[in-house]
Amino acid sequence: MLRRRPAPALAVLAAALVAAAGCSSQGGRQAEEERAADAPALTIAMITHQAPGDTFWDLVRSGAEDAAAKNGATLEYSSDPEAAKQATLIRTAIDKDVDGIAVTFAKPDALQGAVDEAAEAGIPVVGLNSGIEYWQEAGLIEFFGMEERLAGEAFGDRLDEEGAEKALCVIHEQGNVGLEERCEGLEEAFGGDVDRLNVDGASMPDVSSSITSRLQEDDEVDYVATLGAPFAMTAIDAVAATGSEAAVATFDTNEEAIRAIADGDLEWAVDQQPYLQGYMAVEGLWLHVANGNTLGGGTRPVLTGPSFIDAGNVDEVAEHAAGGTR
Amino acid sequence: MGPAPALPAPGASEKELRAGRVPPLRRLAARPELGSLLGAVVLFAVFFAAAEPFRQAGSLATVLYAASTIGIMAVGVALLMIGGEFDLSAGVAVVTASLATGMTAYQFNLNVWAAAGISLALALLIGFLNGLILVRTGLPSFLVTLSVFLMLQGLNIAVTKLVTGSVSSRSIADMDGFDSVRAVFASSVPVLGTEVRITVLWWLLFTALATWVLLRTRAGNWIYAVGGSADGARAVGVPVAKVKIGLFMTVGFFAWFSGMHLIAASGGVQQSGEGVGNELLYIMAAVVGGCLLTGGYGTVVGAAIGAFIYGMTKQGIVYAGWDNNWVMFFVGAMLLLAVVVNSWFRSRAGGRR
Repeated sequence: MLRRRPAPALAVLAAALVAAAGCSSQGGRQAEEERAADAPALTIAMITHQAPGDTFWDLVRSGAEDAAAKNGATLEYSSDPEAAKQATLIRTAIDKDVDGIAVTFAKPDALQGAVDEAAEAGIPVVGLNSGIEYWQEAGLIEFFGMEERLAGEAFGDRLDEEGAEKALCVIHEQGNVGLEERCEGLEEAFGGDVDRLNVDGASMPDVSSSITSRLQEDDEVDYVATLGAPFAMTAIDAVAATGSEAAVATFDTNEEAIRAIADGDLEWAVDQQPYLQGYMAVEGLWLHVANGNTLGGGTRPVLTGPSFIDAGNVDEVAEHAAGGTR
Repeated sequence: MGPAPALPAPGASEKELRAGRVPPLRRLAARPELGSLLGAVVLFAVFFAAAEPFRQAGSLATVLYAASTIGIMAVGVALLMIGGEFDLSAGVAVVTASLATGMTAYQFNLNVWAAAGISLALALLIGFLNGLILVRTGLPSFLVTLSVFLMLQGLNIAVTKLVTGSVSSRSIADMDGFDSVRAVFASSVPVLGTEVRITVLWWLLFTALATWVLLRTRAGNWIYAVGGSADGARAVGVPVAKVKIGLFMTVGFFAWFSGMHLIAASGGVQQSGEGVGNELLYIMAAVVGGCLLTGGYGTVVGAAIGAFIYGMTKQGIVYAGWDNNWVMFFVGAMLLLAVVVNSWFRSRAGGRR
């Protein structure tokens, strides 16, 4: 940069020298720094229903952090998987008088009160990841995410294309509406049989043993569908351990899942691009506050998926996954 | 609240009591909740200094709200712990009560208050069964309530799925009685110009009420006696079994109350998988506040301070803009610190334990 375009850098250097030696009262670096300080240094709160330690949310969060850093904004990330506690975190952000709030709208009814309070306080709220059916009615100004049911249907269609006959839908968090919708979408679109299997996603040994015993009990299963990337890794091991012929495919991705696709252990991953969700939510808020823009015009969600990662495009994706952004 | 009339001020030595002169400072140091009170003051000062938004009245209201959602249950749990028992099923029982209200109202087209009545009966029944199994089998409450906890966790999800076909109860926000339920369990009231959530007021009321019961009534004496030594209490004619069952049913009542808040605050939709882990937060609040795991010692005011510490830590870290991932670490550290300080004060004050 310095070598290619010396003029601006030299000008700044010269201005700095003048400012230091002759104490120019205007222009130069001082003025530039003051201008930078005048630009809106926004504080944006992102409040998700993340359970601790899921790789998916690392991607959402790094997207949000990158967008904040690029815009000179401060990102304050907090999360709680329980709806009432997530609502309290939103109130905390309102108390702090942040410039914008991004929420995952997984449990719309429990969050509505807090969202209304934000609106009363004049703080714009956007949604991401979950709640695509509810965001507009709830008064969020923008939404970034994927339609869960559509993703499930896309997954089911793909199973038909592959000629699958019986799939196992592994639900790693009982009671999560989004996960249920994925399974429902899959069941609707897929021509074959679908069995659901509830596992305890907080305990990988449980995930592994549940899948293993199910495959041992039922040898007709030819596809295992996991609803999160970490569980796909466990499913691959479980399938190998039973000597079953079943293939594994998953919703969502992480670095390991992408490596597994490249290695041929995992068939595909339905990607909702979590990095993009986090990034766009912050970017959208920033544009709204700094420039009055509304992505999607306030009537349409901004879709971040579903897209497929499979053997055909995995190399390209892998490059970015290594950097922790896909 | 002064010391209990029929019981010695906890921690004061027999000799001092007989002589009728307990030095005031010593009496303060012997209070079970002193450690937690100091902790709360220090924590408040830290967040007051470090987090600018923490200083607003609105923020205090939010902190108190977070504290109240744990604190209301902690009232019942602290009473139970003073009575010498645990309840690990308390966290999911809250969600059971909430689901019961939501589903009975929706499925049977009931006025929400009627559904709330059914739900209350169910919550009390769960408490009664906890207590009855405990008294009949003589098993430790840890095991009894752990079993009930796991069964309720399964029931919550399985029954909800059976009844509604999904994993949450249906919205009852447009049904008769919901508005008044909401007003009672989940509204906001202006206090000194700040909107305070009504659960905060209920929490303070319940804490005061339970403190009065403990210190001024025969039932209170029974609770301390049963927790201190069940055999000794039985020997002097205290109905130990009734007291224990009553305490579990008290927890059941507060579980119902907290469940009603959940369903009212969420517009009638309750996720069936929630509540797991909260039972430990209630116990944490009681222990931070000076309750002993062995029973017979502690106060409800202490549990309220414990809940306040939890609310402050949980929200304060966000106000200060620190990384949310650290919340549980700090809650745990506060617990450890409070327990160590409490036990140090007890031994310094020549306590009975």
